Formats: sequence, C-alpha cells, structure tokens
Amino acid sequence: MAETEEKSLGPPGGDDWRREYWRKNLRLMVVLLAIWFSVSFGCGILFVEQLNQITIAGFPLGFWFAQQGSIYVFLLLILVYCLFMDRLDREYGVEEREDGPSGGGTGSVGEARAAESTTKEGGES
Amino acid sequence: MSEIQLWTLTFIVLSFGVYMTIAWRSRVRETEGFYVAGHGVPTIANGAAIGADWMSAASFISMAGLIAFMGYDGGIYLMGWTGGYVLLALLLAPYLRKWGKFTVPEFVGDRYSELVRTIAAAAAVIVSFTYVVGQMNGGGIVFSRFLNIDIAYGVIIAAAIIFVYAVLGGMKSITWTQVAQYTVLIIAYLIPAVAVAQVMTGIPIPQVSFGQILDELNTLSVQLGLDIYTDPFSTRPMVDIFLVTMALMIGTAGLPHVIIRFYTTKTVRGSRYSAFWALFFIALLYTTAPAVGAFTKFNLLDGVNGTPTDALPNWVDNWMATGLVTVNENADAINSVSNDPAAGADLTVNNDILVLASPEIAGLPAPVVGLVAAGGMAAAMSTAAGLLLVISSSVSHDFYFRRFRRNAGDAERLMVGRIAMAGAIIVAMIAGINPPAFVAQVVAFAFGMAAASFFPAIVLGIFWKRCNAIGAASGMIAGLTLTISYMLYTLEVFGLQANDHILGVSPEGIGTIGALTNFVVTIAVSKMTAPPSRHITEMVESIRYPAARRREPTGAGG
Repeated sequence: MAETEEKSLGPPGGDDWRREYWRKNLRLMVVLLAIWFSVSFGCGILFVEQLNQITIAGFPLGFWFAQQGSIYVFLLLILVYCLFMDRLDREYGVEEREDGPSGGGTGSVGEARAAESTTKEGGES
Repeated sequence: MSEIQLWTLTFIVLSFGVYMTIAWRSRVRETEGFYVAGHGVPTIANGAAIGADWMSAASFISMAGLIAFMGYDGGIYLMGWTGGYVLLALLLAPYLRKWGKFTVPEFVGDRYSELVRTIAAAAAVIVSFTYVVGQMNGGGIVFSRFLNIDIAYGVIIAAAIIFVYAVLGGMKSITWTQVAQYTVLIIAYLIPAVAVAQVMTGIPIPQVSFGQILDELNTLSVQLGLDIYTDPFSTRPMVDIFLVTMALMIGTAGLPHVIIRFYTTKTVRGSRYSAFWALFFIALLYTTAPAVGAFTKFNLLDGVNGTPTDALPNWVDNWMATGLVTVNENADAINSVSNDPAAGADLTVNNDILVLASPEIAGLPAPVVGLVAAGGMAAAMSTAAGLLLVISSSVSHDFYFRRFRRNAGDAERLMVGRIAMAGAIIVAMIAGINPPAFVAQVVAFAFGMAAASFFPAIVLGIFWKRCNAIGAASGMIAGLTLTISYMLYTLEVFGLQANDHILGVSPEGIGTIGALTNFVVTIAVSKMTAPPSRHITEMVESIRYPAARRREPTGAGG
C-alpha cells in the first residue's frame, strides 16, 4: 500500500498545504492534551485537596474529578478531536473516498459514513 | 445444586453457545482475516470489541474491590486506564491505521530496522504472556466459586472455548465474539449496580447517586478503623499517585493487544471514531465501578458493624468457604475491617470478591448472581483471546516468517498462524493452572514495561522524522532496563530481597520515569547519529494524511 502512495505524492500546488494541515493538526493536539493533563493530573491529583473543600451533590469536587469527571472529559476530548479532524480532512481534501485508493479497504467498500457526511461546507475557520 | 449454581450454569452455557455460533459464522480463509479481520470491522462494533478486549477479569472482578479499599486513591486505575485512550486517539491510532499492516512490531520494523522489530516482538510476547496467565486463572476462579469445580477444570473449559473460536477465525471471530462478550459483561455489571443504587438512594443512576452515601461511608470507615474514604493520598504519596496514573495511561497506549485493534477498521477516520466508541463503552463500566465500590463497601461495613460473630450475614459464611473472607477467631463482634490479612482486623475481606459478592451482599436474587458469573467469564475470555492473538502473530508473523520463511504463501501463513495460536493457548492453559509465583506480581507491571518500551518508540516514529533506528533501539533498551531493574530492586521476585522505594516512587509508577528516559535517550542518540533514509522519511510523511492523493480542496485558505 505504502509503495503505491509514494509515487502519487506530488500534490497539486506544492507542499505548503501539507505543512499547514500538519500544523493545524498539531495545534489541535496540543490544546486537547493540555486539557487532558489539567483535568486529570491538575484537578484530579495536584489540586485535589483544595477542590475537596467544595462539595457538590455529596461529592467532594477533587474526589469527583478523580473518579468520574476526568473520564467524561476524556470522552469529550476524543469526540472533539474526531469532529475537528473530519473538518480538517475535508478542508484540505485528504478525507478518504469510496473510489480512491484510500487507506486500505480490501475491495469491500463501505465508507457510507464518510460519504454521507461530505456535505458542502466552506472555510468556517 | 443450589439455585445460584443452576442460574450460573444456565447463563454460562447460554453465553458460550452464543460465542461458538458467532465463531462458526465468522471463520476465515485468508491471513488478512486472521490477523486484522480483513480491515473490515465497523466502527461501533470495533469500539465494543476494544472495550471487551481491554476490560479484563481484573477490571470486572477486582477493580471495584480495590477502589472500595483504596477510596480516593483508587482513582489511579480509573484515570490511568481511561486516560490512555486520549493518547491512543490523538497520537497513535490514525497514523498506525494509515500505515496499515498486521502487527505492532511490524510498524517498528518498517520505521526503524529489523533489530528493533525483533526486540519489539520479544517485548510484545513477554508483556502479553504475563497478562494472559492472569486471565486464564481469573476464569478458573469464577468457575470454582460458582460451580464448585476445580480451578484446573475451569481453566481447561475456558481454554477449549477460546481454542475453537481463535483458531478457527483469528481476529475476525475474536472481534465478533468480543462484541457479544462486551454485551454480556456490561449487562452483568450494570444490572446489580443499578439495582443497588435504586434500593439505597432511590436514584437508579449509580454514577450520580453514590455521592449521597459518601458522607456516611466516611463516618463508618473511621468507626471500623479504616481511612476516610474520600481523603486523598492515604495509601500512596502524591508523587506516586501522579507517576502511577501516568504509567498506566502511557502503558495503555503502548499495549500491543490494544493498539492492534485500530488496524482492523476500514478507514483512518474509522480508527479515530473507534477510539471514541471504545472509551465510551469502557466508560460505562469505569464510571460505574467507583459507585459499586462505594455502595458495596457501605453495605458491607453497615452489615457487620458491631455485629456479634455468630450473627453475621449469610454471604460471610458462603464466601468463607473460598478462603477469601476470614473472621478473626478471637473476636466476639466485628469492630474492625480490613483487606490486609496482616492487619489482624476482626473481619478480613479480599478485594477480589466485592464485585462477585455484591449481589449477595445487597441481597439481590439468584439470577443476578448467575449473570455476574457469566460476565466475569466473558471479561476473562475476551481479554485472553486478544492477547493470544498478539502472541501468535508476533511469533509467526514477526519472527518465524521474517527470519526463516520470507516467501511463504498465504495458505502456509494462515496455517502457521493457527498452529502458533494453538500453541499459545496450550502454554497459557498450563501456566493458568499452575501460575508461576511471580506472575501475580508482574502482571500489574506489564503496563510499566509497555510504557517504557513501545509508546516512545512509536510516538517519536510518527512525530519526529529525524528519529533513527539506533536512537529507538537505545531508547527502548535504556527505558526497559531502568524500569525492570527498579522493579527487581523494590519487589520480592525471583528470590530477590525487596528494598525501600526511592523518593516514594513505587514499582508501578516507575514506567513513567522509564518512558521519559526512553524519550530522552532516543532523542539524544538520534541527534548524534545519521538521519534515517529518504525512503523512511517519505513513509512517515505519507502516514500523516488520511487519503493517498489530494483532491481539489473545498474550503482551503480560510
């Protein structure tokens, strides 16, 4: 798979879009990982004693972050990542398509999800 | 046969029947199906399969019990074993899927060198093997408790079932049976939890309602000589909580049997969403576990607090037969409770029984108890199958064919894959019946080893083009050496003496330092040596973008 791709790497309009796409990807990643760290390690561990002074619905807040809150935030972070990357892929025209030699279907094509969400959208960013 | 045994047998036979039917219907004829289910698993199903693969007998049986006795500190498992999915989704899954072959060592081999691939294959086998022995043994315990048969027969039955579907259909059958196993285990976990929450607080959502009993639980705990439940750092210092959580997260993202699941989706996009669905399905159990822990501990303490030893609840008697619950002979009434036999408390309860006994402790009917047993079996078998696949693919795909039979045809590859799988099951079965003494201690440290070896090598391989083979090999060796030596230094294994922890760092937390060392060494050595070839740089470049070619963009330049 990888061999056939390398030949077709010459993109229309130079390599700038690659750098741009990758930079946006990295920026999103860094932001999400910063939230990941501050919620779990910050609220759940480093500042747990201070947060435990506050009690909501019976839960000391720091305790809640360690045993419940951080898991919900993790889930949300992955969802946000998926949605943003969908948008980024479409914006730069690198999303997987049914007909193209996309990342390795074995003939049985079933990317209905990808196709269905390819609605017309502009540069919202 | 008691009512509970009858129900247990019914649920176990029913669920096993379902697994076998699924296995037969999804048997495979080519290697791609055997190793990566033909890259054709739908996203949500893959998420459920990852959930079952990930949630082991330990998650199902032991975790809530651990949390019950650790209180706040139990959060290390909750955060550690879920936070890793954020790392997987953002740093590994899409890129490894784009590169798209069969095994984790194979990626390292293509990116770096054959030597690194061999090191990685050996590490994958060691990590997976220590893990799988615990699963086989866990399955045996469920059988022996609920059906009163010997642990050895329990292990043999579980191994025979896994044998049929893993050898027949490889990854494809394993994936689809795991979807069924996830369903069984989550229902078995949620029903008693919801019932207990409803009975105790009137709100049937355990995640929300266990807050209401925390205050009383704190008071009860103090009365019975335990730590305040919600207070942090009672079992470990802050620095260790931090390091253990990090080690479990990085270790999760580095475990080969988890990473390999992201190869089975149809698309790169599918692998991202798989991570989301996987964590969604895992979170259902992981947010319930602390509630089960708190409720069960409350019921347990409340039921025995100050009770004379001749008037204890029924479950105490039932479980004393397994040796997992003991009452101090000299006590007249229960005034102290502990999970540590050395503490000399009036009542000693093993962590492992809390989930299995929770329906009994809360007085729920027999069918629920039987369902929980089937759930425990599902958790043990699904994880064991996933691990066995990694062992068989590392041995056959990364070692045998790479070293001895480079030009083998597809039929031969499939045959050898099946033989390796059968061999792995038999070895795991024998080890599961007679677990080597060190396994119980080492299993928790599989994470440390995965964190210190795979994770840095793969992440740098994707995000840093300059990273080269010498760097990665030195990094992996440095990280592993440090991690394993510290574990040997602080643990009593292989006849060694246990030494004191340095700076409060426990052997479970050392993986974080090992991973850090790996990163630093890899970067330093790569900088000092020649950059990788153009061919490798191009490969790294190509895995960063989901589609092979760019079409005219719809909205660039915004």
